[in-house]
Amino acid sequence: MTTTPGAGAPKLRVEDLEVTFDVGRGKKLHAVDGVSFHVDEGETLGLVGESGSGKSTTGMAVLRLTEPTAGRVHLGDTEVTGLRSRRMRPLRKRMQIVFQDPYSSLDPSMTIGQQLDEPLKVHTSLSKDERRARVDEALDTVKLSTRYTTRYPNEFSGGQRQRIAIARAMILDPELVVLDEPVSALDVSTQSQIVNLLLGIQEQARTSFLFIAHDLAVVRLVSDRTAVMYLGQLVETGPSARVYDAPAHPYTAALNSAIPIPDPDRQRTRDRIVLGGDQPSPLNPPSGCRFRTRCPFAMPVCAEEVPPQHPLEGGGYAACHLHTHGPELRGGSVLQLVEGGHLTTPLVSR
Amino acid sequence: MTSRPELQAEVLQPTGTGPEDTEAPATPSTFVRRFRRNKVGVAALALLVVVVLLAVFAPWIAPHDPNQGELSRALEGPSGEYWFGTDDLGRDVLSRLIHASRVSLVAAALATGVALLIGLPLGLISGYFGGWVDNVIMRFNDALMSFPALILAVVIVGLLGPSLTNAMLAIGIVYAPRIMRVVRGSALSVREEVYVLSARATGCGAPRIIGGHVLPNILSPLVVQTTIMLGLTILAEAGLSFLGLGVQPPTASWGSILGRAFPYMGRTPTTVIVAGLTISVVVLAFNLLGDAFRDSLGRERRDQ
Repeated sequence: MTTTPGAGAPKLRVEDLEVTFDVGRGKKLHAVDGVSFHVDEGETLGLVGESGSGKSTTGMAVLRLTEPTAGRVHLGDTEVTGLRSRRMRPLRKRMQIVFQDPYSSLDPSMTIGQQLDEPLKVHTSLSKDERRARVDEALDTVKLSTRYTTRYPNEFSGGQRQRIAIARAMILDPELVVLDEPVSALDVSTQSQIVNLLLGIQEQARTSFLFIAHDLAVVRLVSDRTAVMYLGQLVETGPSARVYDAPAHPYTAALNSAIPIPDPDRQRTRDRIVLGGDQPSPLNPPSGCRFRTRCPFAMPVCAEEVPPQHPLEGGGYAACHLHTHGPELRGGSVLQLVEGGHLTTPLVSR
Repeated sequence: MTSRPELQAEVLQPTGTGPEDTEAPATPSTFVRRFRRNKVGVAALALLVVVVLLAVFAPWIAPHDPNQGELSRALEGPSGEYWFGTDDLGRDVLSRLIHASRVSLVAAALATGVALLIGLPLGLISGYFGGWVDNVIMRFNDALMSFPALILAVVIVGLLGPSLTNAMLAIGIVYAPRIMRVVRGSALSVREEVYVLSARATGCGAPRIIGGHVLPNILSPLVVQTTIMLGLTILAEAGLSFLGLGVQPPTASWGSILGRAFPYMGRTPTTVIVAGLTISVVVLAFNLLGDAFRDSLGRERRDQ
């Protein structure tokens, strides 16, 4: 499957993606506002952020299930944006999505066999028997019995349904799969099974994953690189280990400190950055840095200038003035500040 | 103090009795189970099955020839030979009613079929695509809905000449908006379902999504509406035939029997009563059956 010309080029390239919704009375909601990232072949990019940060909209816009207002999306050598719908449909074979809620993503009126058969019917000219074999194979991959083909979705548990949704997404051997919070609706024991299943499939098929989640613990486990979104913009990207161990944006640090440490003593005594208030409305985002209204390290410059993406030690970028102003972190971790007592507001709690 | 455990039992018991009445959409088997417990629905269905059987086997069941009368025995009351009496030409009312059930049922099916043929595709397109397509279709819909069904049918029959087929085509067209509205409304909500988005992500085209995902998921309200519409169209046919604009003599429908007996109501009220009751009971049965379907198919019902 690795026959892409120009090997080494990223599988998915997203440049300055914007999604704007018209909310009436001339007002526009910038759900995604100038987001750029790439995903390499066989790589998982974790996209994290609070609800309302635009991470799901980004995933939908990449697949053009929501129409991007501006920006470009490339899948391999093909530009996805701007394709007419007739040209778009063959491309859907190459990019797929798994939704969060397995209770609503499967059609209740169709048997499992029919749901898995549908992508094959649409995109291949295989015979009935060949398709049947592929369906069985797909069920096998997600470790479900091939006897289930004649059953309806309501006969399955959430975890089983999510396996079926994954089987449906993977049956055409896509190059890219957007995983839109694929384990958030499942209980914890099922989550790990699904995560392991996804990782196993990726290892086999060299699929690229865009893994969207609000649960950093899961993203940390599955993604090679992580991108953090806040109010429609990327605030930090980088190799996952670096993002978690040495966050270079205060928002990332705050998200990190929301992950519980599985050691009660350390959990109780750690420094935590707790964010006050809610995300401001994307209808009327703050000037300068969008995070400044909740940032414990906010400086006067944050209200005036939009922070540029600053390269970081250990890889990646962060959009934060702290790297060039005030304490001048110069690409280092913001955790130094928590220990150093540089806070403008006392938001660190013990 | 002794009442407390009882009270608790009263509260807890019903939740244990109806595990099938949950939010889960009705599968064929849960539908049958729920429907069977609906006594009114079962009775209505049984009655309609009898009426249909009577219609199918009318020539073998009817005791007399429906069109052959003895003028000397006109307008008789009920007797051993003529259970429901005779009409003004001395024909057996019972036999005419039995034969008329064929005409009335076929007419209702024709009108309902026309309404479905027009309303279903337009409703699906309107609901799924939305936007200006929806606007155009719905304005057309509003225009049709502003016509009183019977009056339009009278006009069409007046133009094309009295014939049951013309009349029922007219009724079907006028009732199409009812189907259209139900279908559009359901399609509008199904369109937002994640599985429809998932079908789009898979690369399914609009025809496949509408036929494969939207239509199967709006069947419940459609079945309910169709059942109720069968009753409505029977009533419409009866009205037209009562006025002499529907079925033409000597063929009879329930409405024309009623209309023909009306002037002689003082002498033989049985005919009017029996024909009127037949129409009312069958229409009622269709409505009750529709309600029973709604209760057995729906997701919303939960036994408290």
